[in-house]
Amino acid sequence: MKSKYMNPYLAGTLLGLVLLCAMVFSGRGLGASGGLKYCVVSIVGAIDKSHADHSVYYSKYFENGEKPLFNWLSLIIFGVLAGGFISGAFSGRLKWKVEKGPNISNTKRLIFAFIGGMFFVYGAQLARGCTSGAALSGMAVLSVAGFVTMMAIFGSAYLFAWFFRKNWL
Amino acid sequence: MNELIIAFVIGIGFGFALEQAGFSSSRKLAGMFYGYDTTVLKVFFTAAIVALIGSQILSYFGLLNLNLVFVNEYYVSAAIIGGIIMGAGFIMGGFCPGTGVSALSIGKIDALFYVLGGLAGAFLFAETYPLIQPLAEANYRGPVKINDVLGLSPGVFTLLMIIAAILMFWLAEFAEKKFSRPDITNDI
Repeated sequence: MKSKYMNPYLAGTLLGLVLLCAMVFSGRGLGASGGLKYCVVSIVGAIDKSHADHSVYYSKYFENGEKPLFNWLSLIIFGVLAGGFISGAFSGRLKWKVEKGPNISNTKRLIFAFIGGMFFVYGAQLARGCTSGAALSGMAVLSVAGFVTMMAIFGSAYLFAWFFRKNWL
Repeated sequence: MNELIIAFVIGIGFGFALEQAGFSSSRKLAGMFYGYDTTVLKVFFTAAIVALIGSQILSYFGLLNLNLVFVNEYYVSAAIIGGIIMGAGFIMGGFCPGTGVSALSIGKIDALFYVLGGLAGAFLFAETYPLIQPLAEANYRGPVKINDVLGLSPGVFTLLMIIAAILMFWLAEFAEKKFSRPDITNDI
């Protein structure tokens, strides 16, 4: 069967080398949910600075006049946007599209996408990392946390897969 | 400033690799949980092993001090419960945060809603932090390494992981045939 995507083992090698670069240049792995958190922290700081200053959670990100939008993790997110776009342009995949199975309406799919994102990033804040920061980067440094988080994510997704099959099948 | 440019460049590589792998497609990612497409497993474990071997080689030649590389702290409850919440989000939304941003970059509207939901999730966590803090900090074990727990050297554990990965890849190829859905895989 012909696939328009890169061979998965080759793509995995590429991703592994990017992760290795992150380890060499920053002393830590990749991260995605952290960047989204910094975006939220800077939005809250811009809208209601006094709320941010008085909250135990937000205030630590504004210490010493730091700007949460100009931080290692948020710059990675901006890079992912650029890199994904370059790859999509390169392979002719730039297109507005709602992707879903045939048995669900666009509206329902988008509502589930929103709720799914909310769950995922909430869980990632709790576990101190998502699939990239906790599971992938964690496994690459042999941390128990990485292996446990990876098994919890995939185990849970298998457990709930039956309930949400209409989104995809 | 220099550091931020490096982060941006690494992010470009990250987003490029995710998109090339096909992780900009939610139905391709979800295929992992129904068996018709197991790219997630193949890419994920290949990447982890490449980084594992690469970092040990660089460390052997003195090009990387592994003692300075961050090892994730193990908070038992948070890792397990956080992981379960993430898995539920994965199967509902079809992405994880990194793949969601990469899919957004090529115009996937479902990914746009996913990322907006993700921002809402981060906001919700910040606002409920006082409530969730005890759980987040419970059962702290420190930055424990799995090979130390098992009493193995990093090299031996890596070898075992490579063997386990090859078995999983073989199983994954088998699953893709057994649960094959050409109607979906031709569509994505």
